[in-house]
Amino acid sequence: MGIGIVITSGKGGVGKTTTSANLGTALALLGQKVCMVDTDIGLRNLDVVMGLENRIIYDLVDVAEGACRLPQALIKDKRFENLSLLPAAQTKDKSAVSPEQMEEIVTQLKREFDYVIIDCPAGIEQGFRNAVAGADQAIVVTTPEKAAVRDADRIIGLLERERVGMPKLVINRVRSHMMKNGDMLDVEDILDLLAIDLIGVVPDDDYVIKSANQGEPAVMNHESRASIAYRNVARRLLGEAVPLQPLEQKGGVLHKMRKFFGLK
Amino acid sequence: MTTVKSKVTIKGTKDGLVFFMDDACSFDELLEDVREKIEHSHQQILSGPLIRVSIKLGKRYCSPEQQEQLTQIIRQKGNLVIHTIEADVITREEAFAERLKSQFSIQVNTVRSGQVLEFDGDLLLLGDVNPGGTVRSTGSIYVLGNLRGYAHAGISGDTQVIIAAAVMSPTQLRIADVISKPGEEWTNQSGGTEFAYLENETMLVAKMNYLSRIRPDLGSKKREG
Repeated sequence: MGIGIVITSGKGGVGKTTTSANLGTALALLGQKVCMVDTDIGLRNLDVVMGLENRIIYDLVDVAEGACRLPQALIKDKRFENLSLLPAAQTKDKSAVSPEQMEEIVTQLKREFDYVIIDCPAGIEQGFRNAVAGADQAIVVTTPEKAAVRDADRIIGLLERERVGMPKLVINRVRSHMMKNGDMLDVEDILDLLAIDLIGVVPDDDYVIKSANQGEPAVMNHESRASIAYRNVARRLLGEAVPLQPLEQKGGVLHKMRKFFGLK
Repeated sequence: MTTVKSKVTIKGTKDGLVFFMDDACSFDELLEDVREKIEHSHQQILSGPLIRVSIKLGKRYCSPEQQEQLTQIIRQKGNLVIHTIEADVITREEAFAERLKSQFSIQVNTVRSGQVLEFDGDLLLLGDVNPGGTVRSTGSIYVLGNLRGYAHAGISGDTQVIIAAAVMSPTQLRIADVISKPGEEWTNQSGGTEFAYLENETMLVAKMNYLSRIRPDLGSKKREG
């Protein structure tokens, strides 16, 4: 029996879908059987970020309504043999699926896969309740902004009432120089407020935007700093003790040598 | 036998029937009269659709067994549903338990954004109040953690209550009707253990060691009730 993990945040635009795509792919690269489920009915994105949009035939609502069988709706990612996607419908809205139906679908998927990554829509309404219904664990994504942290706090409060246990935290889009200057909330402040376990700090990286536009999850690249951070999140999820990456930009030996020779 | 004053008065309200019980006669007399009314004299009004019944015992104390006896008689009529049984008197034990309950409660959790914790009496919270979270109580509020959200003490108007926090950095504080936020009458001095109180309808914040001077009777008042 696999594990259902919901990726949620409350606030929109903090990187739930990006985190889902990259964490799902990273787990698949580590040899796990992974299915990603997009529950953002009406505003589906995960298929676009994964570059699988043109392969959608059936979707989550079709499965819930019984228009097709669950395996028919799953899109197998040809790049990674372990990875599948259950896309959301684009034409309906969140009320097209009930929490009971979601729980049933995720339970079925857990028999087949090691990890079911559930991408949650923004907000705390039905879409959120649907996404949480089948999950065993939760990962809360936030950025170092007051508004995002406030919403993350609200979501953690709501998750406490569900059976997902203590959620884990991913701090996304961290700009180290702003944190250092005190212009941005720093990791310590956020952890002090939210009081949950940190599972990853992902630096702000242009490559993430580029890769999403190309339909290739950033973790496929081995150089990108965000990619390394996401792969570390996946390894921590599997129980490995991976230290946090230093946030400094290009702090390597080579950089220091170049600086020494005035090459900058 | 001449007519004596009825022991039970039945009145109709929009929520159903109210039985007012005489509290000067003996309990047996009362039972007798209830039985008489239910079984004989008031047949018309006591039949028909389901009716909610409230029983007012006045200044008579009825043990649970006695209440059960009354209930039994009234239940004979299938359409009468007993909703409440109220008396103006309670036992010493009940009064004591009630007082304890409303006086002081300890809560162990973090009040997160969007959550509201509300209590009757004084509240000791072992945990943080995060921004966007709210704590309200009729008495004082003591937070053994970081108070970053909203706290409202004395919600029913008590101006003698205080709000104390191990780390005082609230979004807004209210005591009775007075609303205040950091930077108005007071500023975050140390972020240490402080308490807020009212003086001449103005909210002030002081270090915890001033409490004994400002509210010396805060503790003893509670013990005496």
